[in-house]
Amino acid sequence: MNRLARGALMPVLFLSFWEIAAKSGWLVYESLSWPSAIFLAGMGALADGSILLSTWQTCQAALLGLFIGSCIGILLGAILGLWAPVARMAGPTFDALRAIPSIALMPLFLLMFGWGLSMEAAVVAYACTWPVLIATWAAVRGVEPRLLEVADVLEMRFGERLRKIVLPAALVRINVGVRIALGVALVVAVTVEIAVNPRGLGYSLVLAQQSLKADLMYAQILWLALIGYLLNAALKTIEAPGGGAGRGA
Amino acid sequence: MTLASTKGDRHGADGAPVAVSLRKVGVTYSPIGRPVLEDISFDVREGEFLSIVGPSGCGKTTLLRMLAGLLRPTTGDALFNGAPIIGPSRERAIVFQDYTNALLPWRTVSGNVALALEKTVPVKAERDAKVAALVAKMGLAHAADRFPTQLSGGMQQRVQIARCLSQEPRIMLMDEPFGALDAMTRQTLQDELLALAAERRTTTVFITHDLEEAIYLGDRVTVLSANPGRIAEVIEVDLPRPRNQLTTREDPRFLAHRHHLFGLLQGH
Repeated sequence: MNRLARGALMPVLFLSFWEIAAKSGWLVYESLSWPSAIFLAGMGALADGSILLSTWQTCQAALLGLFIGSCIGILLGAILGLWAPVARMAGPTFDALRAIPSIALMPLFLLMFGWGLSMEAAVVAYACTWPVLIATWAAVRGVEPRLLEVADVLEMRFGERLRKIVLPAALVRINVGVRIALGVALVVAVTVEIAVNPRGLGYSLVLAQQSLKADLMYAQILWLALIGYLLNAALKTIEAPGGGAGRGA
Repeated sequence: MTLASTKGDRHGADGAPVAVSLRKVGVTYSPIGRPVLEDISFDVREGEFLSIVGPSGCGKTTLLRMLAGLLRPTTGDALFNGAPIIGPSRERAIVFQDYTNALLPWRTVSGNVALALEKTVPVKAERDAKVAALVAKMGLAHAADRFPTQLSGGMQQRVQIARCLSQEPRIMLMDEPFGALDAMTRQTLQDELLALAAERRTTTVFITHDLEEAIYLGDRVTVLSANPGRIAEVIEVDLPRPRNQLTTREDPRFLAHRHHLFGLLQGH
């Protein structure tokens, strides 16, 4: 309780100062709202469901993109990790592709898919592929060589070997890559919405900004922080019950 | 042509059927390096228990990995049932010394044993029954649902042996399987292995650095010398079976073999 009180002291003082300073007219900027107004704007957006709808749209694109990107990343990472000659051949190409900022692909994907979910998910998928690919590549190279020999002696084919030996052995480290990709996914999804895609939380932010609703903007930014935190926490709990898989590490 | 020579190779000089036949095999890891194995020629008879003993660094493990197909000989021919060994095969099970690394830590004891059967026995009920029988046979029934990290070293090695048996191999290749175990556990496992070998008549090649273990287990003992690994001698072990930890080891013939091999290993 004592620790909680000490930890809460700074934010409470800060918020009180902000509230009083803004309301007394000492701090007045168009870009600045104050805590009570932000809270009310957030409540309003929750009440009319607008923020929930845009949250659903953003999460949909971020998670779909994360899923596609992770699948591609895991598959390619596993191939590179399992076959060193392929890695030597394809490595430079992947390094070059990885250097393209995912945001720079927005115009291309906009042409390919038009506005909407597909285009946004495609940009997110591209961005998510890389952290997962690199984590998987390293994880697969780190798989105990004995286990691969066991797979050899049991005459496992590529798919079986991947499913029964390589992926379970590499799971813990692949999870780290997916969690990094999750953070990336949310950032990229919101960025795409702010830049071109008229849907989701990013677009709501732009709308609030264009109508000079500073309070609503702050509320949405805080909301985004909460979403990011919750998604990460959710992924951690997905990882935890598979404790059996962690024994190898 | 190959067929004719194949047929000729299937039987050894004494007419007994041959499982493995090595002809002037040499292994060199790097093109400029010294050979690890040189001019290795011997046969493994069908159903026999062959021990291979030698000082550390004599290439015992390399020899076994070559038999498993995990590496190819640089020179010479390695034949299994008359056909060249060109890669790993379910027919040749290998028991690794480092059982901890060879087991799947995310699978239970049963799951590890089942690994070898998932492709060959697709019906789950049938497979489960086979796994349960093997797990019980290896004295692991009470630990069937435990994970490898929850087991002692001896139990883990039992799991690995059970998995190798489940693949129903024609030959068992064992690389110092009991080397990391304490003396008591080692003796127990030696006797269990001999009982299994007697029951199943599976051809076994057993690598060890322990002279007494080699004699106690083997029908024959092949002695390797080091730098490069060559065959120093092959002896027939004329000790009666079933063998016994006390009486066999006190048998004058056991002691004579031990004396002879000890001198052989010291001489190099």
